[in-house]
Amino acid sequence: MISVNQLVGVSLAYVAFLFAIAFFAERASMRGKGSWLRSPLVYTLSLSIYCTAWTFYGAVGYAARSGMEFVTIYLGPSLVMIGWWWVLRKLVRIGRAQRATSVADLISARYGKSNLLAIVVTVMAVVGVTPYIALQLQSVTLSLSIFSGPGQDDGLNQANAAFWVAFGLALFTVLFGTRNLNANERHDGVVIAIAVEAVVKLVALLAVGVFVVWGIAGGIGQMMERIDASPIGEWNMDRSRWVALTALSAAAFLALPRMFQVMVVENEDERHLQIASWAFPLYLMLMSLFVVPIAVVGLDIMPSGANPDLFVLTVPLAEGQGGLAILSFLGGFSSATSMVIVATLALSTMVSNHVVMPVWLSARAEGAQVSGDVRNVVILARRASILMIIFFGYVYYRLSGGGAALAAIGLISFVGVAQFLPAMLGGIFWRGATRWGALAGLVVGFAVWVFCSLLPSFGPDAVLSASVFDSGIAGVGWLRPQALFGIEGVDPTVHAMVWSLTLNVVVFVAVSLVTFPTPLERLQGAQFVNVFDHSTQARGWDAALATSEDLMIMTQRILGPADALSLFRTEAQRQGLRGHLPEPTQGFLQTLERELAGSVGSATAHAMISQLVGGASVSVEDLMAVADESAQILEYSNRLEAKSVELSRTARQLREANDKLTALSVQKDAFLGQISHELRTPMTSIRSFSEILRDTDELNQADKTKYASIIHKETIRLTRLLDDLLDLSVLENGQVSLNLDRGTLDDVIVQAVLSAGGDRSNHLQVRHVPIETGLQLVTDLDRLRQVFINLITNAQKYCDADQAVLDIAVLEHGGRVQVVFEDNGTPIPTEARGLIFEKFARINDKDGSGAGLGLAICREIMARLGGDITYEPRAAGNAFVVHLPKQVALAAQ
Amino acid sequence: MSDQVPNPTLFLEKRSYRRRRMMDALRLLPIVGVLLWLFPVFWPSVHDGAGAPEPVAMSGAVTYVFMVWGGLILAGLALWWALEGRGGVTDVKETLERGL
Repeated sequence: MISVNQLVGVSLAYVAFLFAIAFFAERASMRGKGSWLRSPLVYTLSLSIYCTAWTFYGAVGYAARSGMEFVTIYLGPSLVMIGWWWVLRKLVRIGRAQRATSVADLISARYGKSNLLAIVVTVMAVVGVTPYIALQLQSVTLSLSIFSGPGQDDGLNQANAAFWVAFGLALFTVLFGTRNLNANERHDGVVIAIAVEAVVKLVALLAVGVFVVWGIAGGIGQMMERIDASPIGEWNMDRSRWVALTALSAAAFLALPRMFQVMVVENEDERHLQIASWAFPLYLMLMSLFVVPIAVVGLDIMPSGANPDLFVLTVPLAEGQGGLAILSFLGGFSSATSMVIVATLALSTMVSNHVVMPVWLSARAEGAQVSGDVRNVVILARRASILMIIFFGYVYYRLSGGGAALAAIGLISFVGVAQFLPAMLGGIFWRGATRWGALAGLVVGFAVWVFCSLLPSFGPDAVLSASVFDSGIAGVGWLRPQALFGIEGVDPTVHAMVWSLTLNVVVFVAVSLVTFPTPLERLQGAQFVNVFDHSTQARGWDAALATSEDLMIMTQRILGPADALSLFRTEAQRQGLRGHLPEPTQGFLQTLERELAGSVGSATAHAMISQLVGGASVSVEDLMAVADESAQILEYSNRLEAKSVELSRTARQLREANDKLTALSVQKDAFLGQISHELRTPMTSIRSFSEILRDTDELNQADKTKYASIIHKETIRLTRLLDDLLDLSVLENGQVSLNLDRGTLDDVIVQAVLSAGGDRSNHLQVRHVPIETGLQLVTDLDRLRQVFINLITNAQKYCDADQAVLDIAVLEHGGRVQVVFEDNGTPIPTEARGLIFEKFARINDKDGSGAGLGLAICREIMARLGGDITYEPRAAGNAFVVHLPKQVALAAQ
Repeated sequence: MSDQVPNPTLFLEKRSYRRRRMMDALRLLPIVGVLLWLFPVFWPSVHDGAGAPEPVAMSGAVTYVFMVWGGLILAGLALWWALEGRGGVTDVKETLERGL
């Protein structure tokens, strides 16, 4: 027989072994060699803290009492894991994006970083998990008592044993979990120790199971027969419990603080979740596989008074398998310790982040800016919380008498923590969920749970008097803890679960519907619900108000000088600054807030930063940018804006076009006015002189001839004017057809000079030096000649020098040919130079014989030929330059 | 969570099509599990009293529950295996962005 002292020795050695593993794991992790610590296998194994001592011992007892009902506790989590895509994936993504440190942190972050909500969730979690901790104490104490059989000298006092177990667990957890304050709240050492414990408990249970099936029963076939022949050999399931407990275990799996810790907080890679989605159900299945056989064999071979919760230990002992019993004891011990470590770590994080730190910070007038290291406070708070939580568990154990079946205690806890589920799921799937809705739902559900499940668990007359059980509070019949609203005959656990969750959901939804969320709440709501759409973080801080020094001091106190410095330096480098102080940009403040949230929780981190930064952290624009409807409105308004810009552009173009048309119309009016004037003058004189010829009888021949020639001259002028107008109109409309021909430039100039009267004219001397190279042209030679003639006749008319001279020169450079007509008359006045190529522009018209169309026609012709004509003033005289088009000149070579 | 995305292409290449149907299976798996594990509710039980059919034997019940369990695990494993070979699980949105 193994003595208790031996067991204690084995346990201590086992604990030392775990410490060593944790130590080496953390060292490897610090050296950056810890990638294997974050494998999917370790992640899956760490999830096994779901299987506590309740599973290890309680499941067999449960099976011995109620048959297959025990399996519902594992079916729920299996379904949740297999359906990971629906809920867990989102939960993990949100938890990582928001750097949630606990369930309370997640819920508070979702509902506008409300600290009140965080405190409520924390208190509920502590109260809800207390029975669970008590359960672990009870199971370890019970298992120890087995080894101190009656009549042994070291027979132990159960109450004392429970105290020492509690003390040992507390010490263990404090040493393990709070050696340092991790910046990201991940515990490599703890996780790896839990993974090892997961293997130990699985191996232990499988070993006992294999021993029972093949060692005692003699194979699977016989085992099956034995099962059917046993007291639990027939299906005796209470249908409501089958469904309700499966749902309850699924809910608890999602809402348990310790599950959140390993599943979300310690999650390194989302892909691990998919592997765990089949690997963890496999683990659960293996853990459940031999439960029924062990229970059946236990019922068979153990005396009728034996506690079925301890068959895992007592069966091997009864068969004389001491080694197997010790392994089994270690398995149970592992289950209890791993659960207590993680649960108390998770809870202590919640307590220190949401209760102690806010109180401590607000108790100091200086707030976040106080100097000194906050980390000591945080660690102290966590250690105190661990001691407190385990103490509560111990008290519960003592109060409940330690006699209840393990499974019953576990279920009480489950119903308690399941109250978080509506606020959690509502928060991640429903944007309309509000802080007040969540708060009201939690409080109502919690109250119903306390009344219907927790208080009755102490038994009649312990906390609630027997009369309350029988006739309700103050004799009101529908307020009986196990028959609310007068509905009797429901199983107490199902009753408590259904009523608490139903009322919780109803109140949560109803209050959410009638209350209005704050801007931060709406922002967070959108971020949570649309986490897969918004990979980016919420924008928040008005960074201009914070100074980097203040932030640095605050961060040092939370993260420690080394980490803070490296964080700031990295950011400064990223911003391209030298030194260690980055600009407090919005992005940096968000990063910082999340880093701090990893250590002190999001609500506290938010409060600390807002103390330094001050003021509102959410602008209207942020809300607009994140909220989908707003985004649509924004997009719509952007489209409208674009349209309106387009419209105003079109309007401007229309206005310009209108201006142009108006100007054209004015020009046209002026043109018509000019034309009528030009036509009228000769017509008037033709009419007058023809009237004289007709009406005057005594006209001598000389006068007749004189008048007739005046009429003739005016007719010619009219004809020329009409010709010019026609010509101009044809040219302007682009209807002119060019007669391309080949010839030399010299010939064209000579012909033009001859046509214009040239040297024969009275006073203008035309000097033209023919070019011997014989520049060849391919163009409409007649039109070009017309231009030249026009220029020469203009010089004849308007050159007022005494010795009027017109020099015609051909310039050729860069493949361009210019023909310059330079006279020595009075230069055209500067203000008139812009007008000379316009229609009817006449400058210094001495006899009024010109219509003012010549240069306009020249310009049109040159434009048609692809060239140009320009005016250049000379020191004494005027020069008109005809630019021949390039291709014409090139063709000449 | 369906394939309703802006400007969806009408037909996917075979590989992407297979991937999406696997994702559908992945999503349906827990529902199948719920239904299969709900069946025991309809089994005759010892609580049904006289006149009810023979209660189901415990060995049969154990076998059924564990068979379903094993089936779900294998299905999950197979889907993980197959999807892992096709670039892992992604959202429709992510899929579009990555052009898978």
